[in-house]
Amino acid sequence: MKVIGKDIQRVDGQSLVRGKPVFADDIKLKDVLHVKILHSPVAHAKILSMDTSKAEALDGVVAVFTHHNFKPHYYTTAGQGYPEPGPRDIRILDSTVRFVGDRVAFVAAETIAIAEKALDLIIVEYEELPCIFDAQKSMTAGFALHPKAGTSGIHDIDKNIAAHLEAELGDVEAALADSAHVFEGTYSTPFVQMAHIEPHISLTWLDNNNRLVIRTSTQVPHHVRRIVAEVLDIPVSRIRVIKPRIGGGFGGKQEILNEELVGAVTLKTGRPARIEYTREEELFAARVRHPERVTFRLGFDTNQLLTAIDLNILEDCGAYGPHALTVMSVTSQKALSMYKAPNIRVNGDGVYTNLPIGGAYRGYGAPQAFFPLESLMDEAAEQLGVDPIELRLKNVFQVGDDIPIAKILGEGREGFPLVLYSTEIAACLNEGRELSNWDTLRAAKQTGRFRTGIGVAVAGQGSGIPGVDMGAAFIKMNEDASFNLQVGATDLGTGSDTALAQIAAEVLNVPVEKIIVYSSDTDMTPFDTGAYASSTTYISGSAVKKAAEACKAMILEQGKKLLQVETAEIVDTDVVGSNGQSISFSDICIKSFYTEEQAQIMGTASHLSYDSPPPFNATYAEVEVDTLTGTTRVVRIVSITDAGQIINPKMAEGQVEGGIPQALGMALTEFMPFDDKGRMLNLDFNSYHIYTARDMPELVVRFVDSHEPTGPYGAKAVAEIPINAPAPAVTNAIYNAVGVRIKHLPVQPEQILAEMDLK
Amino acid sequence: MIIQFELNGRLVSADAAPGSTLLEYLRGEELYSVKHGCDHGECGACTILVNSRSVNACLVLMHAVEGKKIETLESFSTHEQLPEMQESFLQAGAAQCGFCTPGMLLSVEALDREDGVVTEAGVKDALNGNLCRCTGYVKPVEAALKVLTQDRGALR
Repeated sequence: MKVIGKDIQRVDGQSLVRGKPVFADDIKLKDVLHVKILHSPVAHAKILSMDTSKAEALDGVVAVFTHHNFKPHYYTTAGQGYPEPGPRDIRILDSTVRFVGDRVAFVAAETIAIAEKALDLIIVEYEELPCIFDAQKSMTAGFALHPKAGTSGIHDIDKNIAAHLEAELGDVEAALADSAHVFEGTYSTPFVQMAHIEPHISLTWLDNNNRLVIRTSTQVPHHVRRIVAEVLDIPVSRIRVIKPRIGGGFGGKQEILNEELVGAVTLKTGRPARIEYTREEELFAARVRHPERVTFRLGFDTNQLLTAIDLNILEDCGAYGPHALTVMSVTSQKALSMYKAPNIRVNGDGVYTNLPIGGAYRGYGAPQAFFPLESLMDEAAEQLGVDPIELRLKNVFQVGDDIPIAKILGEGREGFPLVLYSTEIAACLNEGRELSNWDTLRAAKQTGRFRTGIGVAVAGQGSGIPGVDMGAAFIKMNEDASFNLQVGATDLGTGSDTALAQIAAEVLNVPVEKIIVYSSDTDMTPFDTGAYASSTTYISGSAVKKAAEACKAMILEQGKKLLQVETAEIVDTDVVGSNGQSISFSDICIKSFYTEEQAQIMGTASHLSYDSPPPFNATYAEVEVDTLTGTTRVVRIVSITDAGQIINPKMAEGQVEGGIPQALGMALTEFMPFDDKGRMLNLDFNSYHIYTARDMPELVVRFVDSHEPTGPYGAKAVAEIPINAPAPAVTNAIYNAVGVRIKHLPVQPEQILAEMDLK
Repeated sequence: MIIQFELNGRLVSADAAPGSTLLEYLRGEELYSVKHGCDHGECGACTILVNSRSVNACLVLMHAVEGKKIETLESFSTHEQLPEMQESFLQAGAAQCGFCTPGMLLSVEALDREDGVVTEAGVKDALNGNLCRCTGYVKPVEAALKVLTQDRGALR
């Protein structure tokens, strides 16, 4: 292959390293109105009255919106397939507020300062209601956080259960009763922030045809268009959503966060409008990773083979449930797609509380699955007296295996059968064993204040949502044999524009520089469900491959007509006829435009897959625990991934290198404490600590040779897989160092000090 | 309040409201390489050079820039030929989403203008104020080290 598997420079790289104005906020809009939101200061209350007269009277305030301005209409902010699998439980503005940060009102003013001052002038009378900050207690609280009237898709309103799932294959109870060994553990993962450095930003204006243009930092432009049309009650045809470069999303922008508010301002005033979340708003009022409390029971036979996996999930979805069902589904799907067990069962509840809203965050439920699963596998290996690597190798799914959970548990409905066509998890584990010095470090005797440990964990993910995610591509040819590639697929900083250009270039036998990528703009680019669920390379990439093949077929047809031959073939960038004559791509296009057989050479294609091949990863963590302070330093991470054929090694490495510190943050440094009123306490990057350059351990990142037959040129996904295994690898390493089992993240030094066993 | 200072090689005067920040001014002047990420000097997305030292523009009040020499990434990107450090970032794949990249480039430029030997630890220290959620800092550190350890005078 000419360009697949090569370190092709990013197609947007020049503009990024030059600091060009390519992001959503890098334009100046004339007469723009600045929009600010009044966030609820209380976790649960009914709004008895609102007096906006002083705010409206303030010089420079143009409009103030409260729930009185909107008809009660319930929707979901989740940028997902349609009809949405989760509940419709949120209003643009509501008369009840359900978490500290909920929307109470919003103001449009001439400057940000005036808008902020106006917020202070809005007088709100709240009747405070009882609050629930515990998902378990929420189910038996005896009062409902959401109304019955108007909402839909909530599993059990009276018990505050937003979403529920259950599935069983075989007979788990009987199998556990018959098992030689049963291991059980309950684990929890915390709220985590996506912490993209570019905040959510949306700008709107009316174009010359009175259409609403939305320029927004989103991962889901087509969902934004559909949902804004619904919420503001205007036709889809009146909306254009432009996604410029995105400054990171990680799932946080798989959400309609504020687009509908600025849209409402522009429709009402006729003026451009702009909203940008401050960092503080990002932290308390945007979206977070769902905390989950997960209980696993694992049954093994006398050969150390799994007989049964029983999984119970309690998910805290916060005040609203945009991703309540699907995150929990992914927790169970991914947990039950790693190891082969004849009996599997899952039972899960996603429950409302008066805390921030769970959204989509890289891994999307899978980190919540693999922390408990891989911790318990480590415990099982120790109890069974077997090497943890060997126990995993014995039980992982193999090529040709049917993964039954995929069929019985789909995205809010029955799923599709999944057969494993590629897995190199054994190669990942074996290579990691070498590179991490596993055997040496595992055998090392520890003494002194600083104790070193090594741990391992494996994980899988998916490549798009089977039967749901659809991507489309359009390619047209230009005179110099360059091609415009237009895709709805949304590059949010991952490099997908480059990967897709490589796929098109490979098909069309041209250098990547000849592919001009444009993504994504609902007026200009075809539909794509968006950049989430690790779908872009696999789903959108397949659409690009098919569109490029259609375009290439048309080049050949035009070439044959121009050469006046019945048969011809493409050799590099020429069409060579059976008569020996040839014509270049460029000449074919020029003639096709201007002189003979005139037509636009182009290709278009859509792609949907019922497969979602899992990429796999083995992560080895070497840690050093300070037995005086209980703190853990990660010394080295070895991360070995099977992502199928790698399209662009440097970019794929970048995905893994970026995913690891996000996972380490969840394990060690990131946490969201709340006071007893549900107010988040650490509202800045000083106290919400994401990994910095100095915090980074040494990273060893490798990909094993792999080929996925259903993927474009053999590719699987790579975006989410690296984030799943580091946390349990670290906690398993802590156990190896000081004998403390960590079951609740983030790791608390106090627990280590209290429980360490320094034999 | 009229403030005079040097901005990307030109003498400028700005009529700045009391309390307004250099970040607000620079983005107002459409110098969009200077990013807005946190307003509290924590993320480093608005890193610029003030008298050759890397500074968070969100923490600098306009009245404090009187007579100072301010540089943004725009002043390094005027030629078709990419300056060496930017080329190195490009080649290394150090820019993923690219939002924090201008700030990183100026942080390592400030390091380059200091005397002394550049080490990996020194580069990490220089970049410690630039939060990045995409790269894990691996390729930015690699890109910076490659230039700073072989040739001083990176962006010029």
